[in-house]
Amino acid sequence: MFTRPDSGSIFFHFDGKEIRAREGDSIAAALLAAGERVTRTTPVGRAPRGPFCMMGACFDCLAEVDGVAGVQTCLVPARAGMRVARQQGAPPDEFEAA
Amino acid sequence: MSETFDVAVVGGGMVGGAIAYGCARSGARTVLLDGADASLRAARGNFGLVWSQGKGKDMPAYAVWTRTSLELWPAFAEAMGSAAGQEIGYRRVGGLAFCVGEQELAERRDEVQRLHNLDGGRGPPVRLLERRELEALLPGTPLGPQVTGASLAPDDGHVNPLLLLRGLHAGFLRAGGVHRPGVEVARIDAADSFAIDCGASVVRARKVVVAAGVGTPRLAAMLGIEVPVRPVRGQNMVTERLPPMLPLPASALRQTAEGVVQIGVTNEEGTWDPATTVVALARMAARAVTLLPPLARARIVRAWGALRPMTPDGYPAYAQSATHPGAFVAVCHSGVTLSAAHAGVLAKCVLAGRLSDEFSDMHPARFGRGDRVHAA
Repeated sequence: MFTRPDSGSIFFHFDGKEIRAREGDSIAAALLAAGERVTRTTPVGRAPRGPFCMMGACFDCLAEVDGVAGVQTCLVPARAGMRVARQQGAPPDEFEAA
Repeated sequence: MSETFDVAVVGGGMVGGAIAYGCARSGARTVLLDGADASLRAARGNFGLVWSQGKGKDMPAYAVWTRTSLELWPAFAEAMGSAAGQEIGYRRVGGLAFCVGEQELAERRDEVQRLHNLDGGRGPPVRLLERRELEALLPGTPLGPQVTGASLAPDDGHVNPLLLLRGLHAGFLRAGGVHRPGVEVARIDAADSFAIDCGASVVRARKVVVAAGVGTPRLAAMLGIEVPVRPVRGQNMVTERLPPMLPLPASALRQTAEGVVQIGVTNEEGTWDPATTVVALARMAARAVTLLPPLARARIVRAWGALRPMTPDGYPAYAQSATHPGAFVAVCHSGVTLSAAHAGVLAKCVLAGRLSDEFSDMHPARFGRGDRVHAA
């Protein structure tokens, strides 16, 4: 999708894949640079969503980061070794009917 | 000299937008004089209920007017969806008002009975649901243990209010209407036609409708209509998108078509500041969690406040000026619910130059009689 003169030297995991990032990249920026455009599916229609506004306003880039669901990946810097997972629908199980 | 419009509507919110749309669609050459981005706009802060429950208890004409609008809503929603370019999320699925604890349930039972007895048993079709009936109606809804029941108005529903507003404006433009945003009306003079001084320009029209929300009294006074309106702040917040859990909208709690849970509401007097307060948001959130306990784990993504235009008795005010025929005023806080009737019945009355009899009880002259308790 993009080519970068310096593709960075830190690595994190995204659904089992290794994603390369530069120091200071947001998770969303690193994912887009790696060609990953879908970070979650919607809670109602299960439609794919990915980073859009890149500034914390649209809430489309949510993903699960180190076990925490609903993280805005455009606002969190990538760190070496972190585990990012695509979020299927809403934060899992918490909102199942009683 | 510039064009003389058939109708000028002052105020481009939910009320003015609906009237202007209705006039333009009927073929009248219509101009909509709209405020600036920073104007106090109730139409950017609506909760989105299309609602009859609890309305018009002390003014049957308002209850009838509300029902008139509800009947027009399905066709109106279609037209708005077509104008907006996407459906506007209107769901006529019934509307609930939850009861927490035995006392709320007992009081609601009395109230529903009283409503039923109004009008010789032909009162609004609201009924009381005990907890068991509510569970049967909402099989997948995680109701909190303190919820004892709810009252249900089967014809009520909800809508995306921002898409409704977009539909009104797009429909207005499509019908040939002229939208002038960023306008501050300085004065309105009446001669052969109305001359509306907008600062940089003067707009002329044979009829004028003031629908300027909390800004209505100053403009209405220039046309010989006295209508007291005060701001009443309402706060709202929305969660992240969640799986469907609440299929029917409730008073101060609804889940949108996209999964967002919207939580209201406050009725705050004496402020012109459309801000939010932590105290109010915390109270609203606590009530929502009592109703649906899993909301305790939901993330709040946004909160906002807006100022409702409120008359002394809380009911709408409609009038044609006695001193300046052709000048009308329309103000209410139920802009979403009544938009279908404003675009239909009210716009036709404006074009005909006469408010029909159904508006008589809603004339602001009532505020000149008897108590003026809250008059601003």
